[in-house]
Amino acid sequence: MKIKTNILNTCILSGVALMLTSCSYTGGNQGALSGNIAERVYVAPGEQDDYYAFLSGGYSGNLTVYGLPSGRMFKEIPVFSQFPTSGYGYSEETKPLLNTSHGFIPWDDLHHPDISQTNGELDGRWIFVNANNTPRIARISLETFETEEVIEIPNSAGNHSSSFVTENSEYVVAGTRFSVPVPQRDMSIDEYKSNFKGAVSFVSVDEESGHMDLAFQILLPGFNYDLAHPGRGKSHGWMFFSTYNTEEANTLLEVNASQNDKDFIAAINWKKAEEYISEGRFREIQTEYAHNIYDERTHTATSTMKKTVKVLDPADLPGLVYLLPTPKSPHGCDVDPSGEYIIGSGKLSASLTAHSFTNMLSAIENEEFDGDAYGIPILNYDDVVGGVVEQAGLGPLHTEFDGRGNAYTTFFISSEVVKWRLGTWEVVDRKPTYYSVGHLMIPGGNSRKPFGKYVVAMNKITKDRYLPTGPEMEHSAQLYDISGEKMELLLDFPTHGEPHYAAGAPAELIAPNSKKFYKLEDNDHPYAVKSEANTRLERDGNTVHVYMTTIRSHFAPDNIEGIKVGDVVYFHVTNLEQDFDVPHGIAMIGANTSELLIMPGQTKTFRWEPDKVGVWPFYCTDFCSALHQEMQGYVRVSPADSDIELSWSLDGE
Amino acid sequence: MKKSNLMMILGSLCLLALFVMPMWIITLEAPQYPDGIGMDIWINKIEDHNPNDIKNINLMNHYVGMKPIPDHMKEFDIFPYVIGIMSAFGVIIGVSGNRKLFLTWFIVMVVLGAVGMYDFYIWEYDYGHNLDPKAAIKIPGQGYQPPLIGSKQILNFTAHSWPAAGAYFLFTGILMSLGAFLMKRKEQEQNEKV
Ligand SMILES: [Cu+2]
Repeated sequence: MKIKTNILNTCILSGVALMLTSCSYTGGNQGALSGNIAERVYVAPGEQDDYYAFLSGGYSGNLTVYGLPSGRMFKEIPVFSQFPTSGYGYSEETKPLLNTSHGFIPWDDLHHPDISQTNGELDGRWIFVNANNTPRIARISLETFETEEVIEIPNSAGNHSSSFVTENSEYVVAGTRFSVPVPQRDMSIDEYKSNFKGAVSFVSVDEESGHMDLAFQILLPGFNYDLAHPGRGKSHGWMFFSTYNTEEANTLLEVNASQNDKDFIAAINWKKAEEYISEGRFREIQTEYAHNIYDERTHTATSTMKKTVKVLDPADLPGLVYLLPTPKSPHGCDVDPSGEYIIGSGKLSASLTAHSFTNMLSAIENEEFDGDAYGIPILNYDDVVGGVVEQAGLGPLHTEFDGRGNAYTTFFISSEVVKWRLGTWEVVDRKPTYYSVGHLMIPGGNSRKPFGKYVVAMNKITKDRYLPTGPEMEHSAQLYDISGEKMELLLDFPTHGEPHYAAGAPAELIAPNSKKFYKLEDNDHPYAVKSEANTRLERDGNTVHVYMTTIRSHFAPDNIEGIKVGDVVYFHVTNLEQDFDVPHGIAMIGANTSELLIMPGQTKTFRWEPDKVGVWPFYCTDFCSALHQEMQGYVRVSPADSDIELSWSLDGE
Repeated sequence: MKKSNLMMILGSLCLLALFVMPMWIITLEAPQYPDGIGMDIWINKIEDHNPNDIKNINLMNHYVGMKPIPDHMKEFDIFPYVIGIMSAFGVIIGVSGNRKLFLTWFIVMVVLGAVGMYDFYIWEYDYGHNLDPKAAIKIPGQGYQPPLIGSKQILNFTAHSWPAAGAYFLFTGILMSLGAFLMKRKEQEQNEKV
């Protein structure tokens, strides 16, 4: 029984207390080695996957798109990082997307994608993602798979409990992980307690355009706000945030923030917040944050600095926030599809706590409080708890739902996914993961209508799963079939960066809307040229604008003279193609930027500052046709004091 | 009104479909074009079968030195008049009920159709053979003429050339005029017996 021995070894490797329980379930299962399982993940040539999975890239700053069940990566969407593959963050048009109140920040730590919803169901229009480090939220269009908007979040630090979307995409939230002085100022870190604040932000989303606006912030006590989920159904109108460090420690948190037996889930009534806003019961405070919008018609982003934000203080605003005691340092804060249960995963606890929304409302009605924190009522644990999954595993992190009354929770320390029943709170199945699983994802698992066929577990340690690639390996995802009584491990696949969370949707919701090319007649880029006849060069002092086009298989113009050392040259390149999947690229020798990859019908610009006299070639970087290799041109660069006039040509004309 | 007269009139009116429907479709299939690209040929214009198809056909064709698909051809100035006039004549003939004119109209239409097909062939021949001598890709002995009707392999493309909806109305109209002629003869024979 070689197979069985391997699985046993694996379990021993995961080195956890629950090893025996785990093995007793896996022992009889031949896992991914059985032929039938291979067929269930095999997508034959010419066929397509059933689901899209959008995995956050963590420290890559990007979002990656995978197919399920194949586990094939289709695309990496740049969001918070410069991306030379497409010129994102290098092109003049996309640089403004990375503007912040700290200037141009071409990197971030992208954690939690969430797909827009209508009536609590995925609508496949946009996906929102958060930047953890320099707090931001981005909106990505699922028509173009491009980042269209980035809004910075002021008064925050470590934008971790973000970016979760309410039932009709009314708001995307951003909760601060680190509490900080609000407004920021020079003060002693020692004075953290009662002086630092935790801002949670409600960013409104325009129904039509998707445009975001920082509607208001609520200044909460100086805890750490870890994750969030919106209420749905009966609890629609509420947002729940898990907290840790309710001790308000500011040093050696691994000890000092792990003292309280219970931390909180903060329940925020955002409908109430809207009332207070409309009654004018807010403060407007001065701050600074960037709001960056990409316009698909001009193919260009603009960045605007905003100066004020409306702030609500829960101590003065009854009914706005309640605190639900939850053991112990809860990470995940997950709401079941019916909206009744709010599951807190105390990552230092062995049990899972499910708060009942109904119980919470009656406790609030009866005003049965167990004191307050900075004026915010604390409810009694016993009054609100709806059920506890006892001793489910070690280190629970995050729960998703299959829509059939089952919940699936990841356990980081015991490296497993545990399936349990809502209502009976019994564990019904468990499967090991390889290894140290973080979050998991069921397509639509964060909505009223989960597509409960697969769960993807995102592991932090990969060890022996793939060929070794030096001291560090890509993280690993694992795909389980959850359509039956028992979960079945189907597939391992590597993921890029560090996936913290994912969102998934059926392919049929997204694929039909996907854009194939940009219509040239809709291109309103100020430097676009829509025919070769209009290509030209213009000099303005020492700035030169090149109005260039690409088409299979040439640039127009391809011979340029009259550029001088010390000039600043902008290449504005319009791709005249109108065919799906035919971009052209352009790269210029010595340009201190990246190549550009220009989609059909699109215009992109890069900046070049020639520093040496000579005749310098540029070329197409994307193999576009049989004569791609011939797709090239020359720029003559003359000395700064030369009097050679600008001239340009294609085929001598 | 006699059935034959009505049939002649309806047959002539069928020609008018050519003003609202394409006459011919040429499509090209290749591995890089899984959905195919094509052009709809009308009596007065050539149109994309799917958006931007002609642009993409021209892009492919320029490698072997084929001319761009023309925006305008002299035929476009003539065809609408020919069709309009023939349709009008047909209606008048139908009303008149003159059996011999039924046949004459039929024969004229068949001749015009044959001339049209010949003209189409000449155009295709020129399009496929009159190549830019500076073309990037030259393949000795290779012509690029699309089939007059049917399918044909041209390099990596499979070219299909088939009548479109308008042409089916045209054929039907022509056949109806022949039918009207035959029916008219029967009607007259019966009249004579009585
Ligand atoms: Cu190219």
